[in-house]
Amino acid sequence: MNYFQLFNLPAKFDLDLTELGSRYLKLQKQFHPDQHSSGSERDKLLAVQHTANINDAYHSLKQPLLRAEHLLALRGLKISHEQRSFTDPLFLMQQMELREQLAEIDQSDDPDSVIDSIDEQLQQQKKVLQHQLADALDAETAEQDQLAADLIRKLKFFYKLQQELELIEQQLQD
Amino acid sequence: MAYSNKVIDHYENPRNVGSFDKDDASVATGMVGAPACGDVMKLQIKVSADGIIEDAKFKTYGCGSAIASSSLVTEWVKGKSLDEAQQIKNTDIAQELALPPVKIHCSILAEDAIKAAIADYKQKHGG
Repeated sequence: MNYFQLFNLPAKFDLDLTELGSRYLKLQKQFHPDQHSSGSERDKLLAVQHTANINDAYHSLKQPLLRAEHLLALRGLKISHEQRSFTDPLFLMQQMELREQLAEIDQSDDPDSVIDSIDEQLQQQKKVLQHQLADALDAETAEQDQLAADLIRKLKFFYKLQQELELIEQQLQD
Repeated sequence: MAYSNKVIDHYENPRNVGSFDKDDASVATGMVGAPACGDVMKLQIKVSADGIIEDAKFKTYGCGSAIASSSLVTEWVKGKSLDEAQQIKNTDIAQELALPPVKIHCSILAEDAIKAAIADYKQKHGG
């Protein structure tokens, strides 16, 4: 299913999220199972199915990484369920170092400022990667699509680091 | 999720955690990661002049199954030749640790890590 078509939006990474939100609400209202309560069993079932699709589509387009994955899938490059290991040694070395920094936060005299500085680093790196991802997806060539897939993989590591950092921050507060 | 006893054992008492000096000519390093869960794994081997893995160390940031898989592999490769170590299959790791289907990718990561380390060694030593 083409999620962009469902919302009648252009299949681009750079998406108007406000527009997506309002189209989502409109469609959801239109296909809400309550609207079809007087219909046949088959109509009701279809409405439920369609509502589920609309929800899936909305959540996939709203989140940048899922949106990028969906765009690539539409172009025939499916990476969302891949189990292949990522092997870029320099990138992984940097990830390892960031993980080590996270692990040492609780030994610091001023954990809050360490958290802030790591957070700033992560945001900065994410921004750069996301920018590169947008450019690669815009090119719409097979080569740039492969690059985009790699950028998505890298961004996933950064999202995970961000989660870990938030977890550490919570634990320190408790 | 319920971990098997073997996973818990390796997780609580991981074998061979640490690092070797990566600039040592007898040391080779394999770095792999799993984008889906953000796990990062480093596996290092120390190889003797006659091509036997004398020692192995790992450092893994990830779930219990990923840590257990890499810990197990460092135990398995010690005393093996590079060719023997190359034969280690993720299915053997998964079976030994009784990994559930959703954690199979952790054993794939460990297999890829030892293969990457062997490749690094061969590259360092010209073939």
